[in-house]
Amino acid sequence: MTKKVDFNSVKPEEVKEELLSKYPVKVARKRAKQIVINKVESGDVVPEVLANTRTVPGILTMRGCAYAGCKGVVLGPTRDILQITHGPIGCAFYSWLTRRNQTKPKTDDATNFMPYTMSTDLQEDEVIFGGEKKLKKAIEEAIGLFKPKAIGIFSTCPVGLIGDDVHAVAREMEEKFPDVNIFGFSCEGYKGVSQSAGHHIANNKVFTDVVGLSDKPKEGKFRFNILGEYNIGGDAFEIERVAEKCGLTIHSTFSGNSEYEEFITAHTADLNVVMCHRSINYLAEMMEKKYGIPWFKVNFIGADSSAKSLRKIAEYFGDKELMANVEKVIAEEMIEVEKVRLDVKSRCEGKTAMLFVGGSRAHHYQDLFREIGMQTLSAGYEFAHRDDYEGRKVIPEIVIDADTRNIEELTVEKDDKRFSPRKSESEIEAYSKKGFKWSDYDGMMPEMMNNTLVIDDLNHYETEVLIEKYRPDIFCAGIKEKYVVQKQGIPLKQLHSYDYSGPYAGFKGAINFYKEIDRILNTNVFKLVKAPWQETPELSGSYAWNK
Amino acid sequence: MLLRHTTDKVAERSALTINPAKTCQPVGAMYAALGINKCLPHSHGSQGCCAYHRSSLTRHFKDPIMATTSSFTEGASVFGGQANILEAITNIFALYDPEIIAVHTTCLSETIGDDLNQIIKKAYQEGKIPKGKKVFYASTPSFKGSHVTGYSNMTTGMVQYFSENTGKPLKQINLIPSFIEPSDMAEIKRITTEMGVKFVMFPDTSGVVNGPMDGKFHMYPKGGTTIEQIKSAGDSSFTLALGRVGAMSAAKLLDTKCKVPCEILDLPIGVRGTDNFINNLRKVAGVHVPDSLMMERGQLVDVMSDMSQYTYNKTAALVGDPDILVSTAEFLVDLGIKILYVVSGTPAGPKFERRIKEIAGEGVIVKTGANADMFYFHQLIKGNKPDLIFGNTYAKYIARDEDIPLIRIGFPIYDRVGHQYMPVMGYKGGLRLLEKILTAIMDRQDRDAPEEKYELVM
Repeated sequence: MTKKVDFNSVKPEEVKEELLSKYPVKVARKRAKQIVINKVESGDVVPEVLANTRTVPGILTMRGCAYAGCKGVVLGPTRDILQITHGPIGCAFYSWLTRRNQTKPKTDDATNFMPYTMSTDLQEDEVIFGGEKKLKKAIEEAIGLFKPKAIGIFSTCPVGLIGDDVHAVAREMEEKFPDVNIFGFSCEGYKGVSQSAGHHIANNKVFTDVVGLSDKPKEGKFRFNILGEYNIGGDAFEIERVAEKCGLTIHSTFSGNSEYEEFITAHTADLNVVMCHRSINYLAEMMEKKYGIPWFKVNFIGADSSAKSLRKIAEYFGDKELMANVEKVIAEEMIEVEKVRLDVKSRCEGKTAMLFVGGSRAHHYQDLFREIGMQTLSAGYEFAHRDDYEGRKVIPEIVIDADTRNIEELTVEKDDKRFSPRKSESEIEAYSKKGFKWSDYDGMMPEMMNNTLVIDDLNHYETEVLIEKYRPDIFCAGIKEKYVVQKQGIPLKQLHSYDYSGPYAGFKGAINFYKEIDRILNTNVFKLVKAPWQETPELSGSYAWNK
Repeated sequence: MLLRHTTDKVAERSALTINPAKTCQPVGAMYAALGINKCLPHSHGSQGCCAYHRSSLTRHFKDPIMATTSSFTEGASVFGGQANILEAITNIFALYDPEIIAVHTTCLSETIGDDLNQIIKKAYQEGKIPKGKKVFYASTPSFKGSHVTGYSNMTTGMVQYFSENTGKPLKQINLIPSFIEPSDMAEIKRITTEMGVKFVMFPDTSGVVNGPMDGKFHMYPKGGTTIEQIKSAGDSSFTLALGRVGAMSAAKLLDTKCKVPCEILDLPIGVRGTDNFINNLRKVAGVHVPDSLMMERGQLVDVMSDMSQYTYNKTAALVGDPDILVSTAEFLVDLGIKILYVVSGTPAGPKFERRIKEIAGEGVIVKTGANADMFYFHQLIKGNKPDLIFGNTYAKYIARDEDIPLIRIGFPIYDRVGHQYMPVMGYKGGLRLLEKILTAIMDRQDRDAPEEKYELVM
């Protein structure tokens, strides 16, 4: 039933024009800068995208809030930091287990707060007279019941407005309970313009109040941290499996399948690699400045990208045996990957995809589609900044607006005692000469084809136009968009929750994803949308009772 | 164990809610607004609220849930959200062309004190609302009530803004359901039609959030009550409110505002709940109960009696929304099932407690409101294990840890389908609920029976 469109004949300029045509002038002017026709020029120079800017009120947006970015995304996946949402009940309810960050406590009786959500459930009186007293009581009750090592307090919208000082409460309660590390996040939902503000707020507090509290390093060779991997659908489990097989030691993951103990000693690792650049590049930058830990971007989504990332990590550590081992692991893993990939590719080659999600997945998942011969026609992020589109080279040019200025930018200095450069300046230079990139992220656009549409903060109306114009074979977004798109006979793959499957990271993850796309594109279900009498409505033949 | 830190020792708590048995008002308001034909719900707050509510409702219904937001920033939070909602109204009518925008407030806009009456008046005055289109609102701060009261507030708002007594009485009955599934709303309509009674039901989400796959996206599906119908509710001869917490307030307002008398009933779950609904309908509409419904009733009672040995003297613990809990408890008692615990985060008040005790006996432990959460519910269960748990999807963590079968009722159900399409209300719905209960009990018996006691015929 799906009307096929030859996407090569679709003119992106015309699509853009149509996208803007229905908007009131003010909105059209803004959206025009957020809808960009890609053109990669030498030096990976791409057109400028307006990003990380206010959502237009009344527009059916995909975006969430700072609380979701802070509590939901960055801190949520940690199993043994007890998290109290300070506010009315809703926020704690909606962030309760819904993001699918899997976690596996090391023993059957080890701490695991993941299946719990906790809230001060503020009532009207407390909104009027202040909620600090209730928050203190809640912390006491939580300590009595759960005996946590650490407590995070997450502010919701009314908390900021009524002037509750969650940081003062945290300090006071910490004095009362010196064995518990208590810290607050001012991640009220109205902060910033999207989840992104919440990421930054989370990064800051984790950096100042958690990382570096203990200098006891973990055992193991080639120790590194993975930043921005949240273990949706078990991605971190797969990365852990592969890393271990290679002889690498993941010291900590921020924050999928993680523990507090790993966070407080994370500064003792020798490298930070960044998966989701948007949500956690701040922490990588700050740890480099304070402790001298270099960082670079990796991508474990896609078999080729996973191999490339492993090679880069091995190259960083510069150990011959490690490098040989990594090659051996890649070769071993790729046997099954290739088998499935080629099989699936035979059915998916030439099909098309659109990806509108998050702050890195709309980029990363293009690799997986490419591996099975599929082309990305259009992509964009929900809450990214310009550097995620155009690469970190544009950071100095980014204009800081009022909404961003409201999010604290920490001034970080070298830790006199604990700063130790993991590589000497001459080593870093030697690496750079070989083409090794440090503190890098080239962004999504340089990897996309010319004339593809890059759209920031895509909304419902634009989704409908894109679908009508291009009829992609698959659309990737989140739960709110899923059924809107599927009703039109086009399958939607959720790239936030993975539709309750996964993992998709690493080699086994790539295999899972190939098979999943194969299923989605080749299931009969979408062919059943029309009944036979709708396909051929004219009556032919005669009624049974006339025979 | 999933909930490994929960022990049976109940400690007094007054400030910390752990695993709530409720959520906030706005999501209920959004759901109710979806029950108006060609209506776009609008969340006046920061965009996270709207994103969370849409996600939650989408996960539950597995259907598009469309709603817009005022997208407050820090500036709006300090200076008020008037500019945001006025801009939103312009954009919404330009892009999405609804007949009506149903605004609900959030804790954010309520805390800063945005006067929506005033703002909406301004929008009308400034011509931001096209001719013939409508905007109205309900106050639903998250720091009061629960999703059920939010639903009730939005439903009451419909009466307040639209119902009118024109002085020309209509021979029709108003039906106001509590926060229930679209499948149940459809079943209540079917029964009423079967009785030959003309009616208006609002809100009515059937056909809106359980729509078909037809190759097109319908921003405004065919379902939902029209504004004309809601208006005409003021001329109806009687109102039946189904569910005290979710439906009473709108029915009472119809009485005071439009002089339409009302009766507040429990939801029609099980034999007695449905009997009571049908009996009231019969009396107020002056009709006979048709044989078709007697057939359905008879079938339900038939299966209940056939299978009594499996349900009699079993025990159950219930958590969830008060209106559903009351009627479910009554059905369970009729099946011979003893109710041990009833917990609801919704502040349902002493009337709810009295009603539950009336149904289940004085021995039942009832807790509602603040701190009546699933953590406490689980602690009770650890103290004395029931044979069955009734609750939403979150109860599955308790069910697995304690190895007790869970019957999913209420909101949200994120992990099973069917509830959107197949009712548990009315006699037919009762049969479906009974089938679920029996399957749970009998699957358990099959799983646990020693080989020599494994039964072929049950």
